[in-house]
Amino acid sequence: MQLPVKTRHFLEEAGSLSAFMGRFLTSIFKPRFEIGEFFRQCYVIGYRSLPLIALTAFIMGLVLTMQLRPSLIAYGVESQLPAMVGIAIMREIGPVITALIFAGKIGSSIGAELGSMKVTEQIDAMEVSGTNPFKYLVVTRTLAAMLMLPVLVLLGDAISLYGAYLGVNIKGATSFSLFFTQVFNNLAFSDVLPAFIKSFFFGLAVGLIGCYKGYYSSKGTEGVGRSANSAVVVASVIIFLIDLLAVQVTDALGVN
Amino acid sequence: MLTLQQHIPVKTPTAGQPVITISHLNKSFGKNAVLKDFALTLNRGEHLVILGKSGSGKSVLIKCIIGLLQPDSGSIEVLGEEITTLEHDALDQVRAKVGFLFQSNALYDSMTVRQNLEFPLRRHWIQVTQLEVDHMVQEALEDVGLAHTIDMMPAELSGGMQKRIALARTLILRPEIILYDEPTAGLDPITGREIIDLIMQVRQKYGSSALIISHDMNCVRLTADKVIVLFEGRPYATGNYATLERSEDPGVKQFFQ
Ligand SMILES: Nc1ncnc2c1ncn2[C@@H]1O[C@H](COP(=O)(O)OP(=O)(O)O)[C@@H](O)[C@H]1O
Ligand SMILES: [Mg+2]
Repeated sequence: MQLPVKTRHFLEEAGSLSAFMGRFLTSIFKPRFEIGEFFRQCYVIGYRSLPLIALTAFIMGLVLTMQLRPSLIAYGVESQLPAMVGIAIMREIGPVITALIFAGKIGSSIGAELGSMKVTEQIDAMEVSGTNPFKYLVVTRTLAAMLMLPVLVLLGDAISLYGAYLGVNIKGATSFSLFFTQVFNNLAFSDVLPAFIKSFFFGLAVGLIGCYKGYYSSKGTEGVGRSANSAVVVASVIIFLIDLLAVQVTDALGVN
Repeated sequence: MLTLQQHIPVKTPTAGQPVITISHLNKSFGKNAVLKDFALTLNRGEHLVILGKSGSGKSVLIKCIIGLLQPDSGSIEVLGEEITTLEHDALDQVRAKVGFLFQSNALYDSMTVRQNLEFPLRRHWIQVTQLEVDHMVQEALEDVGLAHTIDMMPAELSGGMQKRIALARTLILRPEIILYDEPTAGLDPITGREIIDLIMQVRQKYGSSALIISHDMNCVRLTADKVIVLFEGRPYATGNYATLERSEDPGVKQFFQ
């Protein structure tokens, strides 16, 4: 049976990405551990994406609140505004938007960085200098992305809620403490924990796909551009797929 | 784990013994058979040039020698070790004695010149003090005449300077064998000539053996003790520059026009 070329291409890509992930998982626990490089990457990845994530999170909280208000007024439940916004941000919008921004910023830069290291033989040079480039480059970056994204999501959530608080205060006043009491009274642990857990997977996807695309970049400057680009596209799609899967899991476990 | 003293090669090597022996080497990528039953011997102290057209598999050949590519079949013996079957740690020990000057320099562009040079020293587990590291970095940079660039980034340097820094990084472990992948490609003739002079100075100072890949005839003429013409994946002709220059064979002649 002859599969159509595009289908075969897709399956090959999925297969080699899975193999790459397998290699990542087995490399984590084997020495030598590149601790220094890992912490450097945590700093670089967190620091580089924080301003953008803070800005978008703030705007999103503010706009979401302003958009929801008329509908809630129409149903006569304006007092539920903080609770509504809080749930929307913490459960879904915060993690997903932060992950998408993260993919755009970090996924592309990892893809471009490793891609250019590949085409200029820097990865080969590492290998002959007593260094396992997979551990030094891929494991450190993927782990750093995986650990930093949940932290960034929490920060982004907090900033979004602050934006929402300002949004509520544009028309009609509420105190800071009243707003946050209303938000958190309506949030259960089961709202926050699954969102937190899925952001680890979002981070894993962004880091791993950025590394994969860069590590197998084709020759030439064009190849590097393509790596960066497809790192973002593929990671973004996978973020939504993980999101879809996560909601099925929480649903099945009855943690809604 | 190596110490510095163990690592530095003896100053008076026994000349003539083979340091690299390749036989029956085959390597293909899919249907593209790049190397077919290739063979060569590099003797201690010798400078051997592999001459071949672009895309003829010269880089594939030296990447097999250093274990970056696994050949399909054949034997590659480097400093008495069979590279194709070596375990990881043993392979690293051989790699520490073999310098590789990459065609695209492969300088780490996120690191300064100093960090680039320190990288192989620190990563090969050689127990050295910071003082020794500083001294070795300084000496390697002086060897290539670029001591003043120590705190610069690779992107701030010209193409010829980058090549020289890459050579300094190759020299820092005092390799017994140096593999040069097209050392003058992409450089203007004058800068290319400077690199050729450096290759000869390095030879004088360290007495290292070298495998030089090139199709720059100036480089071949000035550096080679012996030349192997790589053609259609095979060692097509062997000889010194003068004899090959007089050859009537069209496969050889094409390079000397
Ligand atoms: N990693 C690889 N995968 C597939 N083909 C390769 C790879 N590396 C080299 N080749 C092919 O091997 C041939 C020789 O390449 P190379 O050794 O780089 O040539 P050159 O003699 O110019 O250095 C080329 O046809 C190239 O396409
Ligand atoms: Mg080449």
